[in-house]
Amino acid sequence: MSEATRGRRRSPRDLVGGTPAETWSLRFDDRELPAQSGQSIAAVLWSAGILAWRTTRETAAPRGAFCGIGSCFDCLVTVNGRPNQRACLVPARPGDHVTTQEGTGRDDLAV
Amino acid sequence: MTTSPSDSPSAAARAFADLAVVGAGPAGLAAAVTAAGLGLRVTLLDAGERPGGQYFRHPAPGLGAARPEALHHGWSAFASREAALRAHVSAGRITYLAYHHVWTVTPDPAGSPGWTLHAVAGPDEAPATVRARTVLLATGAYERQLPFPGWTLPGVVGAGGAQAMLKAGLVLPGSRVVVAGSGPLLLAVAGSLAAAGARVPAVVEAAAYTGYAAHTPALLRNPGKLAEGATYGGALLRHGVRLLTRHAVTEAHGTDRVEAVTVARLDRDWRPLPGTARRIPCDAVAVGHGLVPQLELATGLGCATRPSPDATVALELDAEQRTSVPGIWSAGETGGIGGAQLALTEGEIAAHSIAGRPVPARLARTRTRLRAFAAAMAGAHRPGPGWTGWLREDTDVCRCEEVPAGRIREAVEDLGARDARTVKLLTRAGMGWCQGRMCGPAVAALAGTDPAPDRRPLSCPVPLRHLAALPAEPPH
Ligand code: FES
Repeated sequence: MSEATRGRRRSPRDLVGGTPAETWSLRFDDRELPAQSGQSIAAVLWSAGILAWRTTRETAAPRGAFCGIGSCFDCLVTVNGRPNQRACLVPARPGDHVTTQEGTGRDDLAV
Repeated sequence: MTTSPSDSPSAAARAFADLAVVGAGPAGLAAAVTAAGLGLRVTLLDAGERPGGQYFRHPAPGLGAARPEALHHGWSAFASREAALRAHVSAGRITYLAYHHVWTVTPDPAGSPGWTLHAVAGPDEAPATVRARTVLLATGAYERQLPFPGWTLPGVVGAGGAQAMLKAGLVLPGSRVVVAGSGPLLLAVAGSLAAAGARVPAVVEAAAYTGYAAHTPALLRNPGKLAEGATYGGALLRHGVRLLTRHAVTEAHGTDRVEAVTVARLDRDWRPLPGTARRIPCDAVAVGHGLVPQLELATGLGCATRPSPDATVALELDAEQRTSVPGIWSAGETGGIGGAQLALTEGEIAAHSIAGRPVPARLARTRTRLRAFAAAMAGAHRPGPGWTGWLREDTDVCRCEEVPAGRIREAVEDLGARDARTVKLLTRAGMGWCQGRMCGPAVAALAGTDPAPDRRPLSCPVPLRHLAALPAEPPH
């Protein structure tokens, strides 16, 4: 949701009466993003208005979450140095460092 | 077996269960608690962290949702089964293994009639095995996607995906979300996005709802279903959402993310009509064209399939939910897309059958009635052949391997590929991470064939060391 609309419109959290147990910040590349306990990494990124966090192997096109349930693998991301993690499935944990993934995420192995 | 924390119920899980249920969505959950109530020892495995499946997906406890039911239709049907699950688990009648993704089921060697289920457990992908006398596959479905130019732009997301992210993470992909595709799920998705604060400029539905008229008797026998539709319709009206039937999003525009869509009117074969295109500004698109039964485990076991009226492939099941393979039952979307209420009913029917009890007539009647409704709906939303008309040569059809429509057409027209398998070998479409889950129906349509049943050797990524540890093929 954009800054302009936040506060005026109803939010998903209002709808279900959510009071998160805990909030902390998630490190994404060189930014700090607000995270709530129980959110997946993809949910944290979406709440910050970030929709793309990897680029494709062939054309370096930006991609993010598509299916939202772990079957499309479009949301692959590097978490704490481990590439190819599905952001829509992996819960965000305090202390995590999430980085944009380029291509196969295995550039360190490239010859 | 390892001693990782995700394996803590391993002793119980290793015991030979009367029934192993794969999937804790509406069908699997209903089956597990009914079977346990009938005296069976049940092991319930589910890939998710919490029971409910995709339909009853709900916020993680950490998000402290006081009213999770606000995002759901028929929440009490879930709440009562979840309570029963807890009771059976504490009484030791059900072993519930969350975060266990079953990737293959193998028959035990001749002479010991039973099955071994192999799963990867937890974020560390620890191997886990479960043995059982009978198996119920309640693996549900995933969303069918038909590509269009711009559908790989960030901000274009699956309609079911948007719903799942909203239900589980309380997030929206944007503030102005066009909902597009085909099928009744679109109305539910638009309703919840709007209730959660998104503006929904339009719901763009490729089918004409008049398609239902041909099935008036099935509709009239399902007043509950009509009321459900009216609820969604009412919610849309309240939020000022426009419903455009026989229209499609034929292009998404933007550079780094979606900024607008082109919407065009369709003829009855889903061919865009020239001169009807118009732009709708938006910052997200939630798109889906119905659901596809998830059958890998079943087809891996050799269960027979049948074509459904919505142009998907479903399992062939008898009146008691038995597959063609003795000892294997299935319930819910695997037998044809039909919704949560049907899945709950079929789960209970399967449980009775597995327990060797007569199926209550009430359940059988409900199944017949809801299946008739599902068939009417499936027929109305079956994709028309003209949808390929909105593809451009450079539109990526396979998202994983970035294979454009032009290369697929070339494989078909110039290289003589006659089926999706040959197209895949020639172009790599469907060979990537998702194993064709996203592009399969589109590739089949471009190859001019009917979609083939799901056949993937593994239903999720499996560490090689687990494969290496599999026993050799049993002798029968
Ligand atoms: S969004 Fe499809 S796998 Fe994560």
